[in-house]
This record gives sequence, structure tokens and C-alpha cells, in this order.
Amino acid sequence: MAVNKFMTARDAIARVKDGDRIMVGGFGLKGTPFPLVRELGKSARKNLTVISNDLGSPNEGLGVLLTNKQIKTLIGSYYNWNIEAVHAYYNGEIEVTLVPQGTLAESIRAAGAGIPAYYTAASAGTDLGRDKEIREFGGKKYVLEQAIYADIALIEARKADRLGNLVYSKTARNFNPAMAAAAKYTIALVHEIVETGELDPESIITPHVYVSAIVKE
Amino acid sequence: MKELAKEEAAERVAKNAARLFNDVENPFVLNLGVGIPSQVSNFITNDNIFIQTENGMLGAGRLAKPGEEHPMLINASRRSVIETKGCVYLDSCLAFGMIRGGRVDATVLGAMQVDEKGNIANWTVPGGNQLGVGGAMDLISGANKVVIAMIHTNKGRPKLVRQCSLPVTGFAEADIVITEMAVFEFKNNGFLLTKIAPDAQLSDIESLTEFAFAVANPLEIMLA
Repeated sequence: MAVNKFMTARDAIARVKDGDRIMVGGFGLKGTPFPLVRELGKSARKNLTVISNDLGSPNEGLGVLLTNKQIKTLIGSYYNWNIEAVHAYYNGEIEVTLVPQGTLAESIRAAGAGIPAYYTAASAGTDLGRDKEIREFGGKKYVLEQAIYADIALIEARKADRLGNLVYSKTARNFNPAMAAAAKYTIALVHEIVETGELDPESIITPHVYVSAIVKE
Repeated sequence: MKELAKEEAAERVAKNAARLFNDVENPFVLNLGVGIPSQVSNFITNDNIFIQTENGMLGAGRLAKPGEEHPMLINASRRSVIETKGCVYLDSCLAFGMIRGGRVDATVLGAMQVDEKGNIANWTVPGGNQLGVGGAMDLISGANKVVIAMIHTNKGRPKLVRQCSLPVTGFAEADIVITEMAVFEFKNNGFLLTKIAPDAQLSDIESLTEFAFAVANPLEIMLA
């Protein structure tokens, strides 16, 4: 019999420890697992490194974790949608590593695929590429980028079957499949659960092996 | 030249950017940045063009009208858009793999500065209240053609400069620059003025452009 991965948001979030590296799916508040983020916001977990594209909006989505002062470090590509994150960085309250969005995606993918590092042209020669190793291939400059790993991933999907196979919804897919594979423990917030065998195998985006826990909205 | 209202200038830039692509005869993948570039889709009339949005879609349609929005469907500017026939959803890795892998024929982006070497500065202003790069560096280094669509000056101060003073997003990557006054193409290590607005004089462009440029003969007239 298959392992039961279903649990409450509270039990799932109890896995998070102080100082953990946490990936959170979403782009511009689409594909963000809101109930999981809210639960993390209610917990007393601190000194978190949050890896995500953006930080939602002020006090909305991931913005809640900033309001609660649970964040030590951010790794992501775009914080201009949350002016409070911008202020917190310039006031020295949090550390931020800014990563080009495609590099963020690929570094997360690399972590899940067992690739420790790779080269990409994005940021070569710029301020964001300043401390990175540069190598030329075919006359073009590339920077060495390392995989980005996490302890926990909080992701959002439309539907799961009982094994934990996932399908997504439109542009809410974004970083979620890559993060599912990159973290040691992945918690999926889903809107619907179906029996195993009901999802078309051709439509499944995230195979169940990448999903540790499932929380129904 | 008489200064245009902001909206009128933006619309003219978007219209002239769309014109670059409206006669392509083969399938053409186009990515549009935030601001003026996002308005380009309003003027695209060619079914061969497939709009790619880096948050995860190939075949994005126009902006959604009230009632057409889907809660899980936005473009990279966080605006609700509609689907087109044959559209595909992409995760972020595939969306950027497509960009890096050379499958995006062109990207249209805004900029704060472009210099005589085709260097582009469009991601941050030191000392400003900004903290984000988004997909700008991946798009500029990955897209086959980079079109900069912007207002010619920043309140009268040239944005087309000899050398970028702002942090550069990508080096020697600008292929075409479109403003409300002029269209420049990067050719033979420098910019060539190829089109001029119907209400602009060459002397207007020279006085508001810091970098030196060659002038095409004949010079085409832009859409008003």
C-alpha cells in the first residue's frame, strides 16, 4: 500500500526548522501556495532563507514572512513588487542575492537533476556576475552558476492523485515543478485530489517521487 | 519637434515596434517586456507571431477584457491575458530554456540607457529604490534580436548616450532602438538612423542624442 502523504498544513509546516532554506513557488502571486505560506507565517520559525522569484506584495503571499521578521536571506530575481522587501534590504534588515530569473530557474532545475554547476551567458560582465568565474565558449562569455538546493519546497498545483502525481494550472505552473525536484522535502498544496489512475499519465507534470506531503486547500 | 503627450509618444513607439514584425512570413516568437513593449501586442496583426511570456506561456493573446480574466493566467507584467489557439504553458525552466536556446526570435524591452556600442542599461539605478532584475539579462543575452522601445529622452536628458553610466544589463546586444522620434539599427559597429518621425527634424534628433550615428539614405518616415 502506498505511503499516505496527506496531512494538514500545520503538520506539514512542522517539518520546517529555524535557519532552513525554503523554496516557494509562484510568480506575481500566481502559483503561490498561500495556505502553506500563511501557516509558516503563524509558526515561530526564524532565520529562514527564502528562495523564490519574488516576495509577493506587501503583507500578501510571501510578504507575510517579511512582516513577521522570519527572513534572514532572500535568493530570487525580482522584489520591486514588494517595496517593503526593497526597504528591508537597503535598511540592512535582510540579505538578498539577486539572480537573473532564467538563472534562478536553471539553478533550481540543476539541483533537482544532480548537476552541481553549469555555464550561462546571463549576467556575464555585469554587476550581478562580478564574483563569478567566467569562461569563453565559441567567442562568447559565460558565467559559472551553481545549483540552488533547499531543505523544503512549498509548491502549489491544481490537482494531485493519491500517490502525489501533480498537474498544474496555466501560468501558475512557473517555478513549482523545478522546486518540487530540488528540495529534500516537498510539500504540495493542491485544490483537488483524485484517485490514482484518474490523471492522464501524459498530462502529469510532476511525478509523485518528488512530492513528500500533500495538503488539500 | 513639438513634445508629444506621454501616452501618445508611448503608443507611437509601440506601433512602430509592431510594424517591424507585421510582415514576417514564417512562425516568429516574440517576447515583450513591461511598459511600452507590453503595448506592442495591441498593434500586432500577423498570425505568424507567437507571443512568449517568460512566466510561462507561448501563444499569449491580448490583454483580457473585464470578465475574461482567469485567476491563474497572467503575463510577465502581471496583467491578465487571454489564450490563443495552439497556446502552450511552460514551466520557468522551459520558458527560459527557450530564450537561452535561441528559439525566441526577438524581444522588445524598455531601457534607461543605450550606448554607442549597443550596451543596454535597463535593470537598476544605483541609489534608487529598486531591487530586481527579472528576466532582463537572460532575454538580452538569449533572444536572437533585441529591440529597445522607449521614449527618446528622460525629461529632456539623452538616454542614447556615448557610454552607459548606469549598470549594464547586456553588452553589445541592442539591434534596433525605437523612440517616438527615430528608429536606429545597429550596423557595422555603430547606429544607423533608418527612420524619422513625420514631425521630427534631423536636427531635433541630433540635439537629443548623445552618441554619433550615421543617417540612411533614403530615410524612411515612421508611423505617426
